Amino acid sequence: MVRGSSDVGGASEPVASEPVAPEPGATADARLVATYALRLGDDALISAQRMGEWIAASPQLEEDVALGNIALDLLGQARTLLSYAGAADGAGRTEDDLAYQRDERDFVNVQLCELPNRDFGFTMARLLVFATYQCELYDRLAGSADETLAAIAAKAVKEVRYHRDHATQWLLRLGDGTDESHARAQAGLDRLWPYVPELFASDELTDQVDRAGIGIDPAALRPGFDAYVEATIAQATLDIPQTRVRHTGGRSGIHTEHLGYILAEMQYLARAHPGAHW
Amino acid sequence: MSAPNSGRVGTIRHSRDDAGQPVSRRTVIEPEEIRRLVAQVYDPEIPVLTIDDLGILRDVSVDGETVSVTITPTYSGCPALDTIATDIKRVLHEAGIRRPQVRTVLAPAWTTDWMSDDGKRKLIDFGIAPPGPAVNRRSAVPGPVPLALSLRCPQCGSPRTRELSRFGSTACKSLWVCDECWEPFDHFKAL
Repeated sequence: MVRGSSDVGGASEPVASEPVAPEPGATADARLVATYALRLGDDALISAQRMGEWIAASPQLEEDVALGNIALDLLGQARTLLSYAGAADGAGRTEDDLAYQRDERDFVNVQLCELPNRDFGFTMARLLVFATYQCELYDRLAGSADETLAAIAAKAVKEVRYHRDHATQWLLRLGDGTDESHARAQAGLDRLWPYVPELFASDELTDQVDRAGIGIDPAALRPGFDAYVEATIAQATLDIPQTRVRHTGGRSGIHTEHLGYILAEMQYLARAHPGAHW
Repeated sequence: MSAPNSGRVGTIRHSRDDAGQPVSRRTVIEPEEIRRLVAQVYDPEIPVLTIDDLGILRDVSVDGETVSVTITPTYSGCPALDTIATDIKRVLHEAGIRRPQVRTVLAPAWTTDWMSDDGKRKLIDFGIAPPGPAVNRRSAVPGPVPLALSLRCPQCGSPRTRELSRFGSTACKSLWVCDECWEPFDHFKAL
């Protein structure tokens, strides 16, 4: 996001890191929207950062390009969502302030997004889960009473359908492929599964945005998600992991150790050279 | 694309006279002319298409001395948008318009259906297979996938082509190859 557009990335004053507590001047609804948009934006931003790690490291050249494009879509979604969160809470923070000047505890993405890639099978399993979740979410959010969120979602839903298709095709190939690819796809799902419930966890904020018609109660997304993901996993001759372990906390700033390393890399330039842009 | 508001814009043109002395001349530019200038800005990633061909130019409004242009991104992360905004400002500056404004809107979301027929022809000439009609694919349980008609190779016209990758050189394209002439080519995806 450090770049030369005239209206982004040009902050000349370094902004001190501070928790994203809504400003007293903003209305209650504006604060709700800001926090909600920040959650969705952080999910997209951290996912984009992880996906970008595959560029020049994918199993084949076409995949470098595909995953680079998916990362770019997610980054674009993150930019509009963070810009909106920054504008809505009344504190006047830009997308860059929010991306580069917050610490781990201030990020409110789900932990699923921050897990390391390690294996291509894991990355495709995660993309299937995350893109299916995003499809369900954006599909409904396109009808939000908040015009900006509705516009962002209506645009993004078309992009994440391509992401979901891509992950589906790969999971079918890997799951129904060789013993090795099958085992690695299954291991990916197994490693991922304890982090899935957090995507659909309701809390006070999601109850409020849902009631206000601004946002979506994530629990309502689960049936559509299950239908698609379970059918795809079955078709790929893989098994739905049976686990009762569930990791949560991302929405309140509790993260795995991995997020700090992502931020260290992502924020290095902006923190070493405050206000830098080209 | 709404029609520009009526009203002409006074502009200052700077040039040099025969003796090489700078002269400033106040001229008047018609809204139609402003619109024509903006519509001729090219997409930096697909340099045969103008932003008008692509359907991302949404509005040119002229209000008194103020010219305001509205564009919409193809994809959320389209990196060309900043360049396009800069290019629009540049052509308007060169026409003598001071402080032109470029606004970005997201709704309604861009679709390849807004691409002009002329634009699609230019794509084929450039070696890119144009998008078919966009289908609104709802979230659903995976099942039978509606098959699109096979793409024709933009080089030799053969329908014997296949998709190599869902994602091509930019977010808006996928990568294909022709089994007749063996040329790889980009396809502008329907969105």
